[in-house]
Amino acid sequence: MYEIRLHSRGGQGGVTAAKLMALAAFRDGKYATAAPFYGAERRGAPIVSFIRIDDMPIKIYSQIHHPDLVVVLDPSIIDLVNVFEGLKSDGKVLINAPEVPEKAKSYNVRYVDLTDIALKTNLVVAGSPILNTPVIGALAKMGLFSRESASAAIKEMFSDERNLNAALMAYEELI
Amino acid sequence: MLMVSTGNNAVAAAVRQANPAVVAAYPITPQTEIVEQIANFVSKGSLKAKYIPVESEHSAMAACIGASITGVRTFTATSSHGLLYMHEMVNWAAAARLPVVMANVNRALGPGWNVWAEHTDALQARDTGWLQVYVASVQEAYDATLMAFRIAEDRRVYLPVMVNLDGFTLSHITQQLDESRAGDFIPPLVLDHRIDPASPQGYGCMTSSADYFLIRHDIERSMRDSRAVIRETEDAFFKSFGRKYSWTEDYCFEDADVLIVSMGTLGKEAEVAVDILRKEGIKAGSMRVRWIRPFPDLDLKDRELVVIDRDYSFGFGGILASSIRAKTGKECYSVIAGLGGQEVTYDDIASFVRSRRIGTEFWFGVDA
Repeated sequence: MYEIRLHSRGGQGGVTAAKLMALAAFRDGKYATAAPFYGAERRGAPIVSFIRIDDMPIKIYSQIHHPDLVVVLDPSIIDLVNVFEGLKSDGKVLINAPEVPEKAKSYNVRYVDLTDIALKTNLVVAGSPILNTPVIGALAKMGLFSRESASAAIKEMFSDERNLNAALMAYEELI
Repeated sequence: MLMVSTGNNAVAAAVRQANPAVVAAYPITPQTEIVEQIANFVSKGSLKAKYIPVESEHSAMAACIGASITGVRTFTATSSHGLLYMHEMVNWAAAARLPVVMANVNRALGPGWNVWAEHTDALQARDTGWLQVYVASVQEAYDATLMAFRIAEDRRVYLPVMVNLDGFTLSHITQQLDESRAGDFIPPLVLDHRIDPASPQGYGCMTSSADYFLIRHDIERSMRDSRAVIRETEDAFFKSFGRKYSWTEDYCFEDADVLIVSMGTLGKEAEVAVDILRKEGIKAGSMRVRWIRPFPDLDLKDRELVVIDRDYSFGFGGILASSIRAKTGKECYSVIAGLGGQEVTYDDIASFVRSRRIGTEFWFGVDA
């Protein structure tokens, strides 16, 4: 079983990103569960979602305490929350940032500027860059699911092709 | 069609397959997504139902009762305080012998104000004459909702059915869903005691003790008859759709020395605990109770029991533990856990089994 913890802020699309991850894994022929953790948070507050991917049906409904992968959609959260807590010793990190943040340097980090990609592809809703579809491209590049399944998942949930374009750009630009 | 869905959307999708004539509902967290999605189906024309956005849950059930008594299929959904608020009408629907189907997204009761999973809301309605089933996956939420209509509307039953799913833990998570087409799985509803709206007449006068007594007895007779209907429906469902359901979902049951008994999503998590315990040499098993009304006949032999209640009856005990004791005459280790969404992991469940003290009650996170 592969366990992922996704950190974002309320309103950034973390919940949808988690659903897309489950859908892409499912299109790969895997079982997946995406479980947003709903606290009392509102728009702008740090929130987490838990995603499990496995070859067998998933029976676990509790939170993920020892993730294989931590995804950070908003790098400013790193100063508020210990996003690396419980990360497995061989675990990976994906951060939406133009460079590796200082606090993340001791971890196995991949990064890509998803915010910039969203702005470049005009993937902006109500003034906010949309991060949930571009991050799927970056995750496909990391091998979480195939590029084809990532594309299929995005097309299933979003008809606006800017989403797929941004995801494919993130796939190419991941460092 | 294979897709991914939340628990809430799976219920709504099953309701669309069941094609009710009337849906009356009032939103409440964490159920709102169900009625929102149904309203969406109705506005887009993919469900040809009358959607009545009522001003309270009491009215939601009253509207379902009014529609159901004309012999049409009805559905509503609620949670927690919404279920408490409609309690008078919940009793009425059963005693009027109306096959209303309701999804209840299990949530804690305030104060303190809390929107997370707990089963006390629905269990407080366990004596109303409603059949109650508890599910533990997105697929099961879909399947149980489809089956609920067929069971409720069977002439041998004519009682309402409540499908329960854990708030957030199941209602808001995404898993794969086979949105099977219902086809002719749910036969058309023929309600023998329906009122004809063109010539409306009914009997609501004072009922003598003798007649009232017979009415109550008849509810229990149908509740007993519902056992055969549930079994037949679950068998037919397996034949049509290939997914098997029963009174309980058992895991490593046959050779188990100690059995974890629970309801809802905790019952799936318990199976992971069983795997851990088996590796340690403890012959554990799991039994997830699906139907709480009618309560299943259980043959647990001399197994030790660890019963997890995500609910409580103050001054008495865990409601599932009390039911198991009453029905089997067996003592158990009664664990109270998960109230108000308290996190309970498979490791926690395994530790309950390791430290079991049969005949005692243990409040997880409070008792040492």
